[in-house]
Amino acid sequence: MTLDKVKPGQGGIIASVGGQGLLRRRLLDMGLTPNTRVTVRKVAPMGDPIELSLRSYILTIRKDEAAKIQLKEVFDL
Amino acid sequence: MSVIALAGNQNSGKTTLYNLLTGSNQHVGNFPGVTIEKKEGQIKRHKEISIVDLPGIYSLSPYTLEEVVTRDFLLKEKPDLILNIVDATNIERNLYLTLQLMELSIPMVIVLNMMDEVTASGNSIDVKKLSSHLGIPVVPISASRGEGINELIDVVIRAIKDKTSPRKLDFCIGEVHKAIHSISHLIYDQAVAAGYPPRFAATKLVEGDEPTFKNLGITENQIHIIEHVVKDMEEALNTDREAALADMRYCYIEKICSEAVVKRQETKEQQRSEKIDEILTHKYFGIPIFLGIMFFIFWMTFNVIGAPLQELLETLIDKFTGLTSDALIGIGVSDWVHSLVIDGIFAGVGSVLSFLPIIVILFFFLSFLEDSGYMARVAFLMDKLLRKIGLSGRSFVPMLIGFGCSVPAIMATRTLASERDRKMTIVLTPFMSCSAKLPIYGMMTAAFFPDKAAVVMIGLYVMGIIVAILSGLLLKNTIFKGEPVPFVMELPAYRIPTRKNVLLHMWEKGKDFIQRAFTVIFLGTIIVWFLQSFNWSLHMVEDSSTSILAYFGSLIAPIFLPLGFNDWRASTALITGLTAKEAVVSTLSVLTGAVTDVELSRALFTIFTPLSAFTFLTFTLLYMPCIAAFAATRRELGSMKYAALTALYQTSMAYVTGTLVFQIGRLIIGG
Repeated sequence: MTLDKVKPGQGGIIASVGGQGLLRRRLLDMGLTPNTRVTVRKVAPMGDPIELSLRSYILTIRKDEAAKIQLKEVFDL
Repeated sequence: MSVIALAGNQNSGKTTLYNLLTGSNQHVGNFPGVTIEKKEGQIKRHKEISIVDLPGIYSLSPYTLEEVVTRDFLLKEKPDLILNIVDATNIERNLYLTLQLMELSIPMVIVLNMMDEVTASGNSIDVKKLSSHLGIPVVPISASRGEGINELIDVVIRAIKDKTSPRKLDFCIGEVHKAIHSISHLIYDQAVAAGYPPRFAATKLVEGDEPTFKNLGITENQIHIIEHVVKDMEEALNTDREAALADMRYCYIEKICSEAVVKRQETKEQQRSEKIDEILTHKYFGIPIFLGIMFFIFWMTFNVIGAPLQELLETLIDKFTGLTSDALIGIGVSDWVHSLVIDGIFAGVGSVLSFLPIIVILFFFLSFLEDSGYMARVAFLMDKLLRKIGLSGRSFVPMLIGFGCSVPAIMATRTLASERDRKMTIVLTPFMSCSAKLPIYGMMTAAFFPDKAAVVMIGLYVMGIIVAILSGLLLKNTIFKGEPVPFVMELPAYRIPTRKNVLLHMWEKGKDFIQRAFTVIFLGTIIVWFLQSFNWSLHMVEDSSTSILAYFGSLIAPIFLPLGFNDWRASTALITGLTAKEAVVSTLSVLTGAVTDVELSRALFTIFTPLSAFTFLTFTLLYMPCIAAFAATRRELGSMKYAALTALYQTSMAYVTGTLVFQIGRLIIGG
């Protein structure tokens, strides 16, 4: 499952981060690395972007970008 | 003289610490060749130590300009010390940059900010353990409360004296370790020759960092070896080079944190933020609340506080002008000197200066929104709307301010994260109809569309937005083509802004504006005054219809034929409108000799038809902004050439749109 499909209130463990160049590097730098636990907190009023919680901080990314993040485990909080 | 570089993540309290360390001893400029702000100052009571505030960054990747600027500064200027500020409430992600900075072999001190929040929530960080793991002094502080600053300065002074680089640390493990070490042997001499710390260079080569390959002059043969080593590493780890390094750093950080950090719960500020966000980024209430906040800011700025202050300032300027005028006449200066001082300098700069209260008040609110963490939420709320034209949610606020005044709107683009977004927003913002254009709309609608004034005005506002959207699409696919900066943004915990930061920010913007009022704007108004007051034989004219300006007006008048008006008075008014848009109204009344509004309305019918009146409005809406806004554009784009191109683009858009409106309108009405 990819991160953009995860509903608010659910979380998962990252398996891999796709994409390339700046975008991918930015995702990795911000701590979205394999085996990291990430939860989806919210979806913006217009349906995009989404709000994530990881490594005890809050990050927002667009669904297009979230679609590049593959999860290996999805759970309800 | 020692130089300290202040580096850290965005939202880590870097600016607060910087302001605390330097007080008002600071100088704002740009890094060479780019429009990224570079602040430099001296540490209070230690004038021998100067401190450079580097852009807030999360990594030293080669992709963003901010990161490249930071990297170049650290590698080329070789500061005596890196002061790395780390947000203690968000330590894992903050240390990611720390590990990269450590590879630079520059003496370093870590400032652990917001320690008060960590301890107040029953969490703890073992500062000694952290320091011994990293081999770097760590000083806990609270920048917002000003705690721990003296201790910090002591540690900094000692570290500069000792010149101790971070203890060589192998925070790489396994396969990555092997790769970094074999490459570091391979390129050791080249790295030293190029001024790169070998360890840093090796890591960057493993990452596949283009600039490092180039700067070290890596040979074909070496590339071959490096790629081979990296390939082995990638195969062994079953991942690619960039992920391998990011993963290695975070693994190491997790290891340190598991020993030094005790985290029982989220900090109080984080819990409070969650509660606030339940309202402010609410699915249904979020956007209305945002619009409400912006409405409140506009109302306060342009009505409640701004208008009386502006009037007061205008009265003062008038008084001062009157006194100066009397004094000049008293000492018997010639007419032209009197006119230069009073009609040129005082009138021009005075009208621009009356913007000052609005700018200062607006930036009070804006820096409050920015420092509190709300601006990031605005980007979150509005992102989807702006993405289609190639911008991100962050550009929404400057554009909204554009409806008030383009000058602070353009100045507000400074906070945008990417240079590309910043430039594009600067080009598009003046299409938002600013409040100085209202008197023009009022004048023309009163004469030509008295029954449909509201419809015409709303139509103009909408047209501005449509042109901005179309321009955005056009620019996105031409000049600003290429990969936009991804929207991956931290939503920092809400915090109460410190008074010092807000005041310093207001002061900076006010000072910036005044400086421009007395340079670019000053020059501009004098040129217009000269053209307006003299004829070709350089005699002062009584009647401005014989001035050089009127000559230019009639010279360019035929250009506007496709827009439906070919009258020197209209074109002259458009030129004087460059000093300030409302000058279009006064120029038209002077040139038509109209004294009352009724006379003016009647006189306008000799220049325009209703349709050409509307195209005139269209052109006024879209053509290049006033000199003050142009000066702001020049400042923010960092180049006269680009500012001139922007003005040319805006004026061309105005011309094309005006022509379309007139020609299509003529087809419809059949006249």
